[in-house]
Order: sequence, then C-alpha cells, then structure tokens
Amino acid sequence: MLTLSQVNKRYPTGDRALTDIELALPRGQVMALIGPSGAGKSTLIRCVNRLVEPSSGSIRLGDTELTRLSGRELRRARRAMAMIFQEYALVDRLTVMENVLSGRLGQVGFWRSFLRRYPADAVTEAFRLLERVGLPHAIDKRADALSGGQRQRVGIARALLQDPQLLLVDEPTASLDPKTSRQIMRLIRELCAERELGAIINIHDVALARQFADRIVGLRAGEIVFDGKPEALNAEILTTIYGEEDWDTQGEVGDEAGAHTPEPATRLALASGGAS
Amino acid sequence: MPVSTTTQGTPIWRLRTTRAQWLQYLGWLTGACLFLLCWKVISDNTMWVFVEDAGRQGSDLISRMLPPEWSYAQRLWKPMWDTLNIATLGTLLGIAMAFPVAFLAARNTTPHPLVRSAALVIIVASRSINSLIWAMLLVTILGPGVLAGIIAIALRSIGFVGKLLYEAIEEIHPTPVEAISATGAGRLQVMNYGVLPQVMPAFAGISVYRWDINIRESTVLGLVGAGGIGLQLNAAINSLAWNQVSVIFVMIFATVLVSEWISARVRHAII
Amino acid sequence: MSRQALARQGMWRRQPMIQDPKLRWGLALGALVYLLLALSTIDVNWARVAEGASRGLNFLTAFAQPDFVSRRGDIIDGILESLTMTLTSTVIGVALAIPVGLGGARNIAPWPIYYLCRSIITVSRTFQEIIIAILFVVMFGFGPLAGMITLAFATIGFMAKLLAEDIEDLDWRQVEAIRATGASWWQTMNHAIQPQVMPRLIGLSMYRLDINFRESAVIGIVGAGGIGATLNTSISRYEYDTSAAILLIIIAIVLLCEYSSSHVRRWTQ
Repeated sequence: MLTLSQVNKRYPTGDRALTDIELALPRGQVMALIGPSGAGKSTLIRCVNRLVEPSSGSIRLGDTELTRLSGRELRRARRAMAMIFQEYALVDRLTVMENVLSGRLGQVGFWRSFLRRYPADAVTEAFRLLERVGLPHAIDKRADALSGGQRQRVGIARALLQDPQLLLVDEPTASLDPKTSRQIMRLIRELCAERELGAIINIHDVALARQFADRIVGLRAGEIVFDGKPEALNAEILTTIYGEEDWDTQGEVGDEAGAHTPEPATRLALASGGAS
Repeated sequence: MPVSTTTQGTPIWRLRTTRAQWLQYLGWLTGACLFLLCWKVISDNTMWVFVEDAGRQGSDLISRMLPPEWSYAQRLWKPMWDTLNIATLGTLLGIAMAFPVAFLAARNTTPHPLVRSAALVIIVASRSINSLIWAMLLVTILGPGVLAGIIAIALRSIGFVGKLLYEAIEEIHPTPVEAISATGAGRLQVMNYGVLPQVMPAFAGISVYRWDINIRESTVLGLVGAGGIGLQLNAAINSLAWNQVSVIFVMIFATVLVSEWISARVRHAII
Repeated sequence: MSRQALARQGMWRRQPMIQDPKLRWGLALGALVYLLLALSTIDVNWARVAEGASRGLNFLTAFAQPDFVSRRGDIIDGILESLTMTLTSTVIGVALAIPVGLGGARNIAPWPIYYLCRSIITVSRTFQEIIIAILFVVMFGFGPLAGMITLAFATIGFMAKLLAEDIEDLDWRQVEAIRATGASWWQTMNHAIQPQVMPRLIGLSMYRLDINFRESAVIGIVGAGGIGATLNTSISRYEYDTSAAILLIIIAIVLLCEYSSSHVRRWTQ
C-alpha cells in the first residue's frame, strides 16, 4: 500500500538524513522502526506526509505519488495518513472534543471549522472514538488538564477521526511510564487490527517493538540495516543497529522508558552486565 | 578569573586579567568624557540666569496651583469621557490592525520573507514615532478633534502590539502546529487551530497593557489639538490658570491609577 | 440532556467562555452600548477632512522624496541636542533610579523610605513626559536643560519600578549565604544583590535610552529642546518633505539603538 523507493533526504546544511530508502508496507501491517537517536526515524515518517520534504525519490500511497503533490492535493493526501506524536501535540488551550474534531479539518471548510459547526456524523464518530479510547467523560475538559496517557489517547482519537489508511506514529511512548506505554501500544495495535490499518511506529524501546510489531526495520545513520520479523532480531543485529553493547541484559534496556535519556539506560545495562 | 605568579613565586588571584582591566578603565573613561561633552553642549545652550531662579519659580508655581479650584472639575467630565474614548477606540482600532501585521511579521507564519520585511518596517515606523507626533500630523490633515486622537493612538499601538505579538507567535510550540498540518488542514485552519489558541492569552494581555498606556498618552493629545482633557490643560496653561491646572492633574492622576489597577487585575486573571 | 448524550447523537457546540447566559448577553449588550456611545462622540467636520485629504496625500508622497537639505542646520542642531539630552538624562536618571529602586523594594527597605520611594515612582510614571516638561520649562526656562531634567525624572520612575520589582523577586538564598559570612550591608549589596540584578539593569538602561530618544523628539513641542521644535515647525508650516526627513532620521536612530542594545544585552549575559 505504501511504497518508498530511492528516498533521499539531505538537509541544507549538507547532512544526509536518509540514504536510498527502499520500503514497502502492505495493508494492515504494523511496522516498528528502530534505531539510535539521529538515525533518521522521525525524518523518514515526516517525509511520508511531507512535513519534511524529501530531496529525491518516490513515495507512493496506493496509486498516488506523494512527492509531486502540492497545495490542495497534498492536503487531501494527508487526510489518508494520520500522525500520532511524541509529545501528544495536542493544542493545550482547546477542549478534548475540539482536539479530536481537528482530525476532520481536512474535510470541512474554514468557516465551519472556525465556528466549530462540525457535521453531525463527525461529532458522532468523534464521540464514539473517545468512548473507544476510554475518555467519553472528558469531552469538555481542556487538553492541558489531562495526564500524559490520557493526552496520548486523545491524540490517537484525533488521528483515527481522519479515517486514515495509514498511521504514522512518532515515538508514542517516549514521554510515558512503562505501564502506560504498554497500554498505549496495545491500543494502537488493536485499533490497527480493527480497521486493517497499516502503521509505521517509530520507537526507541526495543522490547515494546518486539512485543507489538509484525515487522521491525532497523535504521542506522539514514540507511536500512535490518528488515525482518521481530523474532529475527538478535544481539548481533542490535549491535549492527545501535553499536557495540552487551545486549544479553536487554531486559533492563527494554524496561527503561526514558527514551530521552539513553545515557543512563546504557550505563545501567553495563553495570548489570559487569555484575553477571 | 586568572591566577598569576608573583616574582616571589606565590600565586595571586585577581578578578580580571591586566588587559581586561585596562580595557574596562578605558571604557569608563570614554563614557565619562562623552557624558561631560554632552553636558557641556547642554550647559552652553542654557540661560543659567533662569536656572538660578528655578527655586523661586517653582515655589511660585506651587503657590499658584494651591488651592485647586475644585468647582472647575464640573467642566472636566466631558473631556475626560472623550479621553477615555480616544484611548479605548484607538486601542481597538490599533489591535485590529496589529493582529494581521503580527502574523505577517512572525517568522513561522509569514507567507514570504519579503512580506515579513514589509511588516517589520510598519512595526518599526509605528514604534519609533510618538503618538503626539502622529497627532500633530493628523490634526493638520483631519482637523482638530477626537478622530485625530483616535487614529494617532491606533497608529502608535500597531507597533507596540505588533512587536510583542509577533514575538509571542515565534515562541509557540511547533508540534501542535505540525499536528494540525498533518490532518490535511488548510493554511487558515492551521492558524485558527494550531497558532491562535497558543497566542490568545498573550494577545489579550498585551492589548490590555497597551490600553493602560494609551489612557496616559491620550491625556496629553489635546496639547496639539487632538481632543480630550489635554485641550483643557492647554487652555488652562495658556491663560496661566494654575489652580485649574492642578485640578486637571488630580483628575489625570486618578484616572491613570484606576486604569493601571484595572489592567493589572485583568492581566493577572488571564495569566 | 447532558453534553455527552448530545454529542453521541452528533450535536456538539463549543462551550461559551462565560457559562451564565444572562451575564454573557449582558456583557455583550454593555459592550455594544458603550461602543455606540463612544462612536457618537466622534464629530467629524467632513469639509475640513476633504480639505486636509490633499495634505495627507502630500505627506505620503513626501516620504518618497524627503528634504534633508533646506533646513539642514536646524535638523543637525536638533538631532544633536536630542542625542545629548538622551545620553545625559539616561545616565543621571539611572544613577538616581538606583537608590530610589533600592528604597522601593519591600524586602530591603524600611517602611517610611519604602512609601517615599514608591510615591516618587508613581508620580513619575503617571504623568506623561510632556506634562512634566511644561512644568520644568516654566521653572528652568526654555532649552535642553529643562528637557534633560524631564527625561531624567521620567527615567527614575521607569527604572526604579522595574529595579524594585527585580530586587523583590531575587533569589534570597544567595543573600543569606553572603550574610552568613558576616558581611556588612554594603558588602551584601555588592556581592549578593548587584550580581543578580546587574545584567537586567544594563538591558533596561539600553531600552530606556531608546525611549528617551523617542521622547526627546516630542518634548521640544513645549520648548524643552531637541528635534521636536523643528519637527513641530515643519508640520505646522506644511513643509512635509522636511517632516518626512526628520521622521526618517528618528526611525533610523531608533533602529540603530535597538540593534546595538540587543548586542549589548547579549554581551552582558
């Protein structure tokens, strides 16, 4: 359904973020994208919906060539690809309902959205989704009044209201505690199964990726260095992706939710590795 | 902070290196010379005879101001109402014009760098020129009256509100904006959902703050004929009716204190 | 029906900011009535406006060809006078604002001094520079001295208020740490308070320099020296090309001030 071929991204500073990416995602597949910080994971998924412009190559969703779209066509294409963000990216001062309904912005005119006069079916669907993610009571709360896990659920509801074919998920659990992280991953997994959605989940946490994805792609310095089943991911491959490390103690590495602080996680693994 | 070694070999600590020390002395010396030079220019242009007389003049002025002619206050309600209207309508007009200018001037919302430069020029021009100068110009164009005052206040407010607002826009979180763009929203929808909610509190605060400043400024616009209590002030000064001037001062003082209190309360409530 | 139940059926409206409908409509009506009343006070003499419209056009075209030459002497004198007034008044004003600001900070000043300093600040901030200039011109005679004293006085109110607020907000643990070493009042000031407020004080002084320059262009209207007198004359004589030249010079100097002050601020921090 989604096909990337020969995709390159080079920043104006000359840094190569992505090199010759070849990737095909069939319908309904949940793919985890792993790799060290700065490997180009975020750039890759942002190239797909063109929040970042790829420098060259072709990205096709179904029959549409995404790289050549402009203006109105691009906005139409973006409706089919919903994105879920690391820091939830909700608009803090809007209510939960307004945040969810903003998923329909691509389909309603400016004045309707300005006056918040959404069509009845959009509102019904939005409310159904909020019930599905377990937040029907919060519709009139402001987004900044919610906890991290709740906010990510609102983010998911907003993405699904777009009625997408594809989910682009950028570090969904990076700001969450381990338990909430698993709940959120499970929810995304279930929703993908229900709606037969393809998903690219860009994630730091290897253990979560193994548990919830159908397929894992490893990215290192902008190049794909691994593409296969979660079971095939062993210490040797992890070394190729992340560099030298004692991967046998990966239990600790996996449980460490602090993706922002890979430094202590590594040290922890080293310390316990030395003790064993 | 350097540590050096003396001839005896004991280390000594000083705040700055010798070179930095000398540069600092030189800076102070230049500053002092410049100040003295400026002072000389001023003193050359001053009639010191008058200045020696200042104490007597001052006490004379105060004795003429006291006691204030309180009955004169009756005739000040209408000019005060005009002053209030000049400030309020001027602020409304000013923020209405400043709002789009700020969006055009902010790096992350401007449609084109050239448009941004044009918007920045508008902001700088408006900020550099005092509302009294705008009022002088407008009085020669529109004739004396409240309208000139309102427009003068509005023109001066564009720069102030525009500058603070565009700085606020440049400081918003980019991720919600990204998220709204990713839903396939149009440009205006992204502004409405992603940008506007983030800058709204700042915008309201800035507007109220400017309103408070505008109350002060509108009290003097009458000196050049642009309506409000300044007209009365000008008339009273020209006819040397200092006991009326003191009444006007008391009125201005009270109004400004009240408006400052209101503005502080509102800003506190918003933040 | 609850809002949830309505939303389930597809009916949802944004919640109004003010929940009580009576209050909401009352406020809206009040605002409307005020607006109408205020607008009705504007009386426009359309004949006069029609007459002035051509002058407005003249003024705008004057910006395309400003005349720096024909009143060059007046302009140069005025600008120099404005600049000297600006510099001296800022230096004197800031120097005087420091004791007033210290006295106006609740956490270090005794009560009588606090009230005295606060009232100086309030009076200086309430009255526009031009009103103060009128009084000082009466006292000191026409010329830049009156203007300089005016600006210095206004600077005291502005700087002292912000300085006092800064001192009230400062990190008190550092002060206690210095006091704990047995430092005297002056030593405490020098080692604990000055380092905390100094960078902002410099930044604010630069900002005030900029404001003082802009104000110095105005107080000349009432005879307190500076470029204002020249500007006033040129406008009242409808010599808009000269006015445009002066305004452009003012804008350029303000820009220069802003540019250099952002550099100074970066350097001090």
